[in-house]
Amino acid sequence: MTRYIIRRFLQAIPLLLIISVVLFAMMDKMGDPLATMGGRKVTKPEDRIRLAHQLGLDKPLCVQYIYWLIGNDWTHPIGEIPQPNVGVLTPIVQCLDPRTYIDSDVPGTRKGVLRGDWGISLVNRQPVTQVIGERLKNTLLLMITSEVLIISLALLIGIYSALNQYSYLNNAITASTFILYSMPVFFFALLAMYIFSILFRKWGLPYLPTVGMFDPNIGQTPAQVAWHMVLPVATLSFTFIAGYSRYIRSAMLESLGQDYVRTARAKGLPSPEVIYIHVLKNAALPIVTLVALDLPFLLGGAIVTEQIFGWPGMGRLFIDHVSRSDTAVVMGILMMIAFAVIIFQIFADVTYAWLDPRIRYK
Amino acid sequence: MTAPPLDQSTSAVVNLIPDELETPPLSLSQLTWRRFRRHKMAIFGVVTLILIIMYAFGGMLFFSEADSNHTDTGNALQAPTREHPFGTDTVGRDILARTIYGGQISILIGITAMVVELIFGVSIGAVSGYFGGLLDSFLMRITEAVLVIPQIFLLLVMARYFSQSIPNIKLFGRTFSGSVLVIIFVIGITSWPYLARIVRAQFLSVKENDFILAARATGTSTRDIIFRHILPNTSAPIIVSATLSVAAAISLEAYISFLGLGVRPPTATWGNMLELAYKYINTAWWLWFFPGFFIALIVLSINFLGDGLRDALDPHSRAA
Amino acid sequence: MDSINRQDGKRILDVTDLRTRFHIAEGTVYAVNGVSFHLNRGETIGVVGESGCGKSVTMMSIMRLIPSPPGEIATGQAYFEERDLLQLSDSEMQDLRGKDIAMVFQDPMTAFNPVLTIGRQLTEPLRVHLGLNKDECRHRAIELLEQVGIPDPSHRLGDYPHQFSGGMRQRAMIAMALACSPSILIADEPTTALDVTIQAQIVELVLGIRADLNMSVIWITHDLGVVAEIAERVLVMYSGFIVEEAPVDDLYEDPRHPYTQALLAALPRVDRRRDRHLQSIPGAPPNLLVAPLGCPFTPRCKFAFDHCRKEMPPIINVATNHTAACWWDVTTGKPR
Repeated sequence: MTRYIIRRFLQAIPLLLIISVVLFAMMDKMGDPLATMGGRKVTKPEDRIRLAHQLGLDKPLCVQYIYWLIGNDWTHPIGEIPQPNVGVLTPIVQCLDPRTYIDSDVPGTRKGVLRGDWGISLVNRQPVTQVIGERLKNTLLLMITSEVLIISLALLIGIYSALNQYSYLNNAITASTFILYSMPVFFFALLAMYIFSILFRKWGLPYLPTVGMFDPNIGQTPAQVAWHMVLPVATLSFTFIAGYSRYIRSAMLESLGQDYVRTARAKGLPSPEVIYIHVLKNAALPIVTLVALDLPFLLGGAIVTEQIFGWPGMGRLFIDHVSRSDTAVVMGILMMIAFAVIIFQIFADVTYAWLDPRIRYK
Repeated sequence: MTAPPLDQSTSAVVNLIPDELETPPLSLSQLTWRRFRRHKMAIFGVVTLILIIMYAFGGMLFFSEADSNHTDTGNALQAPTREHPFGTDTVGRDILARTIYGGQISILIGITAMVVELIFGVSIGAVSGYFGGLLDSFLMRITEAVLVIPQIFLLLVMARYFSQSIPNIKLFGRTFSGSVLVIIFVIGITSWPYLARIVRAQFLSVKENDFILAARATGTSTRDIIFRHILPNTSAPIIVSATLSVAAAISLEAYISFLGLGVRPPTATWGNMLELAYKYINTAWWLWFFPGFFIALIVLSINFLGDGLRDALDPHSRAA
Repeated sequence: MDSINRQDGKRILDVTDLRTRFHIAEGTVYAVNGVSFHLNRGETIGVVGESGCGKSVTMMSIMRLIPSPPGEIATGQAYFEERDLLQLSDSEMQDLRGKDIAMVFQDPMTAFNPVLTIGRQLTEPLRVHLGLNKDECRHRAIELLEQVGIPDPSHRLGDYPHQFSGGMRQRAMIAMALACSPSILIADEPTTALDVTIQAQIVELVLGIRADLNMSVIWITHDLGVVAEIAERVLVMYSGFIVEEAPVDDLYEDPRHPYTQALLAALPRVDRRRDRHLQSIPGAPPNLLVAPLGCPFTPRCKFAFDHCRKEMPPIINVATNHTAACWWDVTTGKPR
C-alpha cells in the first residue's frame, strides 16, 4: 500500500509540471499586467519599459517560466549575447540557449517555486504565499462548513428516500432535488438573497446579510461571521445536497437489491442492522469516492458564490488577479488546486481500497 | 458533477420475477418510446424546451435585433411596465427583447459547444479505447491534466487568453460579437475530457465482446469496426452525455459571462445580462430574475430530457 | 384431497392454497396460484420445476420475504407448529427466521455480504436470536464450521467471503443456517452454482446433518438427479401450481402427470440408444402476466383436449400417497 501511494505521488510530478507549463503559457497572453499595476496607472512609455525590465517581463516566455520554477538569484550579467536571426525559429533557439537564462542585469531575488518561493504579486507587491494564505482561510471556512452540511443532509435525505420509495414525500423529494440540482448557482444565490435579505427586511423580519464576512461596525466576531455565512453556505451546498442525495439513494437502492440483504433478512436480523450495517457499508464505497473526488468542484462553486456575496476568499482573489494578469498569484492558486485534486484522488483510491476487503486482501 | 439515474426502484423485485416474462413483442424503438413516455418528467422537459426555443427564435418576429440593443439611458432601470414587460436594464435596453435575442445566443452556444465537445471527446475516446497502448497512455495523460483543474478556473483563464478584440460576426441575419465563438471554443475545449473518458470506457468494454472478434475474424476493416460495430453500441451514453452537456455549456457560459469574462455586450446572452445584476439586487430585481429564470428553466428541461433518454436507452434497467 | 390433520403432530409445516402476485408496470404477475403442501417432521421433500415455476416465490412467501409494494400474498395459510406464518406480525416473523426456519441460497458468493467477515455473518443469528455474548458466539461459530467440514475454523472466522472457495462458501452458508438449530431448513437451489463434484459433497453434508439434528428439509432444485439423491417425497411445480406429488421412487418409476413424464423423458440417459433424439418439451413456459385459466401445461401437453383449456384440474389421488393434477389418465389413455 505504501509503495502504491509513493508510486502515485511520483506519477503526479510530471503531470504537475506539464500543467504548470501549459498554464504559464496561457497566462502570457492574459493582457498587460502593467496596465493596472498596484492601482496606479503607469502611463509614460519609459516608465513601462523600466518597470517591465525590472520585473523580468521583457524576457521570453521560457525564461520567465524557468525563473518562476527555480528562481533567478543565480543570474548575473554576461554581456553581449549574439542574437541569432532565424526567423520563426528564433524564440526556440533563444530558449535552448542557456545564456539567455543566465544573463540578467537586474539583481535576482527569487528562489523559485521548487524552493518554496512563489513570487510577488504584481497587484499589491506582497508575497504570493501571504496573499493566498489570507484568503485561503476564509474559503476553507466556507468549504468545510458546507461539506459537513452537505454530507449530513445528503445522507439523511438519500437514505430516507431509498427506504421509503413509494411514499408521496419521496416523490416530492425526488422532484425538488432534481430542480435544485439543475438550478444554476447564481440563480439560487440571487433568489435566496432576494427573499431572505431584501424581502425579509421589507417585511420587518430579521434578515440575512448579503455582503462580506462581518459588519464593519461590529467587527469580526464569530457570531457575525456565522451570521454572514448562512447565505453563502446555503448557496454552495444546495446543488451538492441535491445531487448527492440522489446518488446516495441510488447506491442504497442498488445495495438493497443485492442477495446478501435477502440473506440478512432470512436470518431474522432486525431492520436497522440490515440497513445501517449490511447495506450502508456497501453503499458507502462509491459514496466516499464521490465525495473525495468532488471536493474541487466545491472550490469552483465557491468562485461565483464569493463574488455574489462579497466573501473575501480565494475565488474572488482568483477573479481579481486573473483580470489583472497577475501571473504569480494565479499560478499559485492553480497549482495549489491541482496539487489538492491529485492528493484527493490518491486519497479516494486508497480509502476505497481500504474499505473494500476484496481489494485489500488480493 | 456526476448525475445519477433518477429511479432504480425495482431492483429488489428483479430477483424474484422470472426473466422469461412474456409481453407482446415490440421493436426496439417502440420499447424505447414506451419507456420514454412513461417518464412524465422527460415529457415535461421536452415540451418546455420546445416552448423556450419557440420563444427565443419565434420572438424575432415581434422584436428586431436593433430593438434589443437600443439604448435609452433616460429610461434606465425601469420596473416592468406595459411598454417594457420585463423592464429595462442599466442603459435603458428592453429586457424582454434582450432575453429573446440573448436566448438565441445562449442556445446557440450550448449546442455548438456540445458539437465541439462531441467531436473531440468521441474521437479521442474512441482512438484511446480502441487502440490502447502508448497512444492510450499519452491521450489519457492529457485528459487527466485537463481534468485536474476545475473547469471554471480553466474557463476563466482561457477566456482571458483569447480575449483580444475579435471582430463582430454576421450570421443568419444577426450580428454578434466574436467573443461568442471564443466562448464556444473554450467551453468545448475544456469539456471534452468528461466525454472522452466515458467513450473510452465504453470502447474498452465493447471491444472485448465476441461479435467484435467475429468481425475481425471475417476481415472487417478497422474503420468499419469502429464506426459500424462499436460506435452504435456505445451510442446510448454518448447521446445522454451530449444532451446533458448542452445544459452544462449554457450554464458555463452564464457563469463566465456573469463574472465578466464571457460574451461582450452589446451582444446579449442570458449570462451576461446577469453581470453585475447582483449589485442592483436591492433596486432592480427584474435585471436578474428574467434571464436567470430562463437559464434555470432550460437547464432543468434539458436535464429532465437527458434523464428520460438515459432511462429509455438503457436496456438494463427494468422500468416500474 | 389430503386430510388435514394438524393434531397428529407429524406435520411441521402445512401450507394451504397459497397465492402470490406481483404488481408491476406491465401488469400483474401470477407467480403462485394455489399451492398446498405439507412437510412432516424429519422429512426431506424436494421441489422441482423449471425456472419461473414459482418454487422460490412459494418459499419466500412462507418466510414472508416478499417485498410488499410490488408483491402481495393474496390468500393462503402456512401453519408452522400451530401458528399461521402468513398472519404473524413482522417482529414475530423476524424472531422466527434464522432461528426456527432457516434458508440457504443459490449463489454463496452474492448471498454473503462481501464487506463483512464470515465470522461476523455466522454469529449474527447467534447474537440476535440466542443472545450469546462474543466469546460464546465465537466458540459456537468454530463448532459450526467444524461441523460443515471447514478446516482451521478459528482462523477462517476472520476471513472475508471472497477468500473462500465456492464449495467452502456454500458450506459456510449452511453453517450459518444451522447456527440456531432450526427445525426446518429451506435450501433454494444450493448446488446449482457449484461444480458437480462439489455438488456431491454438499449433498452428502446435508444428508449427514439432517440425520444428526432430525431436521426437516425442503430442497428446491431443477435438477432431477439431485432430487433423487436427497428427497423422500417430491413436489413437481409448473407455472405456480403443484402438478404432481409422490414419494421419490414412485415419481421416477411411475410419473402420472404429462409434465413430469416429459421432464423425465428429456433426461439424457446412459442406457438409452444413441440414435434416438433427445426429447425436449415443445413450446415455451406460459406467460405469467395472464391470470391462469385452465391447466397451464395445455399448450405443450401431448394429451391435451378441450376441457384442459377450460378448467384447472383438481389434485387427484392416483395411487398411495401419490397425487397429480391432470384431466388425463396416463395409465388408461383416457380422460378422467
